[in-house]
Amino acid sequence: MNSTIKDRVFDVVSVRESFPILSKKVNGKTLVYLDSGATAQKPQTVIDAVDNYYRNQNANIHRGVHTLSQEITVIYENARATIQNHLNAKYPHEIIFTSGTTESINLLAASFGKKFLQAGDEIIISAMEHHSNILPWQVVCEEKGAVLKVIPISEKGELLLDEYKKLLSSKTKMVAITHISNTLGTLNPVKQIVELAHEKGIPVLIDGAQAVPHQKVDVQVLDADFYCFSGHKLFGPTGVGILYGKEKWLNELPPYKVGGGTIKMVTFEKTVYADLPLKFEAGTPHIAGGIGLAAAIDYVNSIGLENIQEYEKELLHYATGKLSAISGLKIIGNAKEKASVISFVIEGIHPLDIGTILDKLGIAVRTGHHCTQPLMEFYCIPGTVRASFAFYNTKEEIDLLIAGIEKAIKMLK
Amino acid sequence: MTIEETEKEITEEFELFGNEWEGKYEHLIDLGRSLPLIDNKYKTDDKLIRGCQSKVWLHSEIQDGKIIFTGDSDAIITKGIVALMIRVLSNHTPDEIINAQLDFIDKVGLKEHLSPTRANGLVNMIKQMKMDSLAYKAKT
Repeated sequence: MNSTIKDRVFDVVSVRESFPILSKKVNGKTLVYLDSGATAQKPQTVIDAVDNYYRNQNANIHRGVHTLSQEITVIYENARATIQNHLNAKYPHEIIFTSGTTESINLLAASFGKKFLQAGDEIIISAMEHHSNILPWQVVCEEKGAVLKVIPISEKGELLLDEYKKLLSSKTKMVAITHISNTLGTLNPVKQIVELAHEKGIPVLIDGAQAVPHQKVDVQVLDADFYCFSGHKLFGPTGVGILYGKEKWLNELPPYKVGGGTIKMVTFEKTVYADLPLKFEAGTPHIAGGIGLAAAIDYVNSIGLENIQEYEKELLHYATGKLSAISGLKIIGNAKEKASVISFVIEGIHPLDIGTILDKLGIAVRTGHHCTQPLMEFYCIPGTVRASFAFYNTKEEIDLLIAGIEKAIKMLK
Repeated sequence: MTIEETEKEITEEFELFGNEWEGKYEHLIDLGRSLPLIDNKYKTDDKLIRGCQSKVWLHSEIQDGKIIFTGDSDAIITKGIVALMIRVLSNHTPDEIINAQLDFIDKVGLKEHLSPTRANGLVNMIKQMKMDSLAYKAKT
């Protein structure tokens, strides 16, 4: 890093030491991990929290009278409070534990659709959505005879807000939009999107899977009705995620999965469901995951999301400049506001070939359609190579990526 | 040449590069470039092998009791793998293809491409070649 001021607030060398996997060798080379958009690496504190749970704290939560059960219930509910504070949600019961973003959206689409959707209604999504924010809505639309409307994007990869305004109507029942595109890196103006929807009384879900690792999210400032993300992209364990919902909405929605833990009273004739959040948390949850996610949030906050954002901006700027200088390379997604995700294609070379050679050099990138096939169709490409950076990445690693790409081009052309 | 003999020949070819991945991959890329292209009329969606991040077309036909494979891919390393598979299995009887062990994949250091997470679809390629052979066998 060039700036001495930033060196003092952000020491990437000591940050890297907190992530055991980053010193691993892959194919004989030190790992250069540029696939944090798929899943982020885990700091020691998260690994310790999960390990400690199974070693010292394991019991089932909520219903046990014994000490271990009571202790772990407190710890688990504290984890919920950590997540509540992190998102600045009003109440802890607005935080629903799920298995990840995908389940969060499935829960919402199924539950919301069941209660509120009718034939002829419309759901608005965008052209840059991950399949996880397309398919659940598509399924519920098919079931109910509702229609999926898509906000188009510009060549640069920005939402066409004028088109969005035109799509909003009395038929619109929900707007479901990504905060940051996993493929393009575009940071969408979600606050404005929410405002426009709210003018017409329409609720909004924001898919924050790619946003929470990169920036501070305040659900009350955004005024989002629903917000979801995955633990594993936020340096936490896999298999745990969050659906935030405003209390008034969550109270209105019927349970999605039912079973143990979701009830107040069951007879064979009728069931009275539990209050929030348990109404949506059937079965024994991923306790270690919830605790690990809280540890991840504590870790990220110890670094500071503002520092992370600033540092990643620098990485993005550096990588964009270096990549753009490679002849024949085209960056897909050139929005003005971007997170540290860069997709690119190289003329005459398949993304898979680039990814294969980079892997041999110990550089982990992602290739393919990134679960955004409609986006690939829009750009008329089979896929891209995607490098996604986290705050543990360095400019030196970007240099290795550039050298790797140049080597791959030489071999493949 | 039997399938085993071709496998042995390929193994020896790759042994020249020792443990060095670069030479192996350059060789694979060269093989990809040398692959006779599939007749364009067969580059249709029904000839596509599923489960590949790159497109792989595979066509087979039987001549004098032996199966002739032609193929292509839009990714050059995958194309090299297609070329290897065709070199080993093409121009053999259905029974010979069905029973082929294909140990050479491991020996030449391409075992990683057999992993189910690999997107080049070598596993599906082999499956398709054996399925085609089974189909021809059933017809005779």
